[in-house]
Amino acid sequence: MPVVSMTVNGKPVSAEIEARTLLVQFLRENLRLTGTHVGCDTSQCGACVVHLDGIAVKSCTTLALQCEGAHVTTIEGLADPDGPLHPMQEAFREHHALQCGFCTPGMIMAALDIVRRRGNDLDERTIRDELDGNICRCTGYHNIVKAIAAGAKAMAKGGPMRQAAE
Amino acid sequence: MSATGIGAAVRRKEDIRFITGRGQYTDDIVRPGAARAVFVRSPHARARIRHIDVSAARNMPGVVDVLTGEQLAADKIGNLICGWMIHSKDGSPMKMAPHPALAAETVNFVGDPVAVVIAATVAQARDAAEKVKVDYDVLPAVIDPAKAKSGPQIHAVAPRNTIYEWALGDPKAVDAAFAAAKHVTRLDLVNNRLIPNAIEPRAALAEYDAGTDRLTLWNTSQNPHVARLVISAFVGLAPEHKLRVIAPDVGGGFGSKIFIYPEEVVCLWAARRLRRPVKWTAERSESFLTDAHGRDHVTHAELALDEHGKILALRVRTIANLGAYMSTFSSSVPTYLYATLMSGQYDIPHIYCEVDAVYTNTVPVDAYRGAGRPEATFVVERLVEVAAREMGIDPADLRKRNFIRSFPHQTPVIMTYDAGDYHASLRKAMELADVKGFNKRKRESARRGKLRGLGYSTYIEACGIAPSRAVGSLGCGVGLWESAEVRVNPTGTVEVLTGTHAHGQGHETTFAQLVSERLGIPIENVSVVHGDTDKVQFGMGTYGSRSAAVGMSALVKAIDKVIDKARKVAAHMLEASEGDIEFKDGKFTVAGTDKSAAWGDVALNAYIAHKFAGQDLEPGLKETAFYDPTNFTFPAGCHICEVEVDPETGRTEIVSWTAVDDFGTVVNPMIVEGQVHGGIAQGVGQALLEGAVYDNNGQLVTGSLMDYTMPRAYDLPSFKVGLTETKSPSNPLGIKGCGEAGAIAAPAAVINAITDAIGSEDVSMPATAATVWAALQRAQPARRAAA
Repeated sequence: MPVVSMTVNGKPVSAEIEARTLLVQFLRENLRLTGTHVGCDTSQCGACVVHLDGIAVKSCTTLALQCEGAHVTTIEGLADPDGPLHPMQEAFREHHALQCGFCTPGMIMAALDIVRRRGNDLDERTIRDELDGNICRCTGYHNIVKAIAAGAKAMAKGGPMRQAAE
Repeated sequence: MSATGIGAAVRRKEDIRFITGRGQYTDDIVRPGAARAVFVRSPHARARIRHIDVSAARNMPGVVDVLTGEQLAADKIGNLICGWMIHSKDGSPMKMAPHPALAAETVNFVGDPVAVVIAATVAQARDAAEKVKVDYDVLPAVIDPAKAKSGPQIHAVAPRNTIYEWALGDPKAVDAAFAAAKHVTRLDLVNNRLIPNAIEPRAALAEYDAGTDRLTLWNTSQNPHVARLVISAFVGLAPEHKLRVIAPDVGGGFGSKIFIYPEEVVCLWAARRLRRPVKWTAERSESFLTDAHGRDHVTHAELALDEHGKILALRVRTIANLGAYMSTFSSSVPTYLYATLMSGQYDIPHIYCEVDAVYTNTVPVDAYRGAGRPEATFVVERLVEVAAREMGIDPADLRKRNFIRSFPHQTPVIMTYDAGDYHASLRKAMELADVKGFNKRKRESARRGKLRGLGYSTYIEACGIAPSRAVGSLGCGVGLWESAEVRVNPTGTVEVLTGTHAHGQGHETTFAQLVSERLGIPIENVSVVHGDTDKVQFGMGTYGSRSAAVGMSALVKAIDKVIDKARKVAAHMLEASEGDIEFKDGKFTVAGTDKSAAWGDVALNAYIAHKFAGQDLEPGLKETAFYDPTNFTFPAGCHICEVEVDPETGRTEIVSWTAVDDFGTVVNPMIVEGQVHGGIAQGVGQALLEGAVYDNNGQLVTGSLMDYTMPRAYDLPSFKVGLTETKSPSNPLGIKGCGEAGAIAAPAAVINAITDAIGSEDVSMPATAATVWAALQRAQPARRAAA
């Protein structure tokens, strides 16, 4: 079986895996990073979004082998376990942008990518359109939109260090 | 109101683990040595199983075993059940067909499980599942509920595929009222079948400990104790005291995770048989085929009015499709959760509602957010809106002419509404929605080539499920009270153990708010425990908007008992009589003095017990309460939807949404608004986007998220949400509950708005662009004539 090596949340990892292993399976089962979730099997729901070399991807539609040598960031890698929360995480809590929490990691990782591509001053229309790839069944999106706008602004205040996690 | 008490928008305690990826959902849980289960499911809607050959599958790499329905039956595992008895008009009981967890003789819907492959990995199990050979004799399937009674008989116990023919109300009085009516509005309505699609798929992890002969089940359940009871008492897998059910973090339920399904039964059975933990997680397209679907009514309804628009009577006839088997609460949804709401917010003297429930070869149907009340509200609010249009009366005015004004109000359909002010919510909603400015906005839309419409939905619902005696008399097999245990620790922190379950509703915060306020202790010092039958005494779980109304009422009773006992302890400590002890803001004081004892000291003393002899006061500070509500609660409100329809494409955009709801006492307004938002989104989903489609062969055409349209952020506006308040008189806190209201109100508001915009009532749900465009074309001659 092939061996894949990559960096996940800053740590080098390596494992022998079946070639058909999806990145999300690698993260959840090999690395026990269960913050990234599987919500569907057709790549629509977005619960599996992670960052691959700084860009949002759906880890359910990415083979682990495709990530050879790459840097992967998951929800667990956004903030130090003992440190402060990422401003986007703070914003989600402040604005009640989650209920059951299952879509939340993917939603936050997607939100960071929206900021990367569209900047820190996001209007409602932009956010709603950009959330095309993330489905939430609980919140009706109202508070998610508010949180993402607020999180984006807060990230700007923090300066370059607080931009989308690499 | 304190910063962390009742009414405060406290930020949620549970969020930390969810926003950092540290939630513990069922699929996240790893048990050493666990094998993985993949089910083999019928590709046919109806067939006889001639033979299952598992030999090739058994020999595949990594396979532990392949098990079938024959083996399940041989091991004497019982069938799944429906727990609510409904009788037909002729007095005969509902026809409940046997529902084994693995089909052995016939399969009755595409997705019906026939075998399970247990292997070391999911991939190996899937590969092996493809090698299971099932020899089917395909039989003609019944798909359309409107034609079910004349189709081939699916189950031996149910001639004409009829489960029950039920009715509520007085048909003679209704007929007389109709005979005298000046105006009758008639509608044929379909309440479209929905697929719940909580974003977390269902999962089950079962483990058997041979040393203690105990089974443990981790399950995506909204009600672990009920699951344990059913699996023990009916399925007979293990006695309750040898079965632990844990519902850890659960990613949304909306009703679909109430029911006891084949998969958890099979995992438990397999785990004990194979002496190895067994884990199953649904794939999304598998969820489409196995989670209970919602709604699926075909209805003919008629409203009789006098010349002033006063409603005289309502007559409803519904065919309810319950699918291939009766799911756990299925029978109650189109009967006692539906017909009993037919009065709406209106003073309707005579109502008659007939419901025929039928079997079809489709996925079983059961409660889904609103469970019967969205269906009822759609009937009533469409009738009222259409009646207003037909009679040339403003729809808000017609409603006001018929609103119930005095309480308590006995409806003709069992429910007694205890408190409400429907005028207040309508008035406030109309202000917030700026209804006065609508005509101006409509003209402005027209200048841009768009058709603008406005629709009302003044809904009421019955929730706070439920007074046990009432539901028992109506056929429910269980009581619907709730339990709470309050454990004060020696160091003064508090644990609340509640029989409710949170899968998004924020109980770890809201229940703590109540304790924080009543005991005067910081909210950080309160933990809320739920979801584990080993930790929490029996509780009925969460659904039917019951957790605050019923669950918190139990908590209030337990807290009162704790304060009572603590006062006794304080009396000993302060050497005063109990009657002189006052308790306020976490401090016990001897009245008229400055002698006091802090909460923490009293708690410690309760456990050290040095200050009192065990004879007159037991040590410890822990109390339990069970609370049985005296009535349902009746949240009600007014939602106003404003749309723009593009006549070229039929596409609808919701340009504004106003919701004014009366939920009685509100514990956390931020969480309540969140519930309203989410409910509206699901209601809009039903009205505009969602709908399960079966082909004539019983194949679920909308079998994945590719073909079943879930609402996305761009399908919805931001919502204007307001509140009015009339407290519920039937529980100590005056809470009505809010979890389902949005889903109940929304569909009627959307369809009322679209039909207003296009000037035609001929719009079905989901009102997709194609549907609305077609309605516009059909209405063309009339529109040209009117122009």
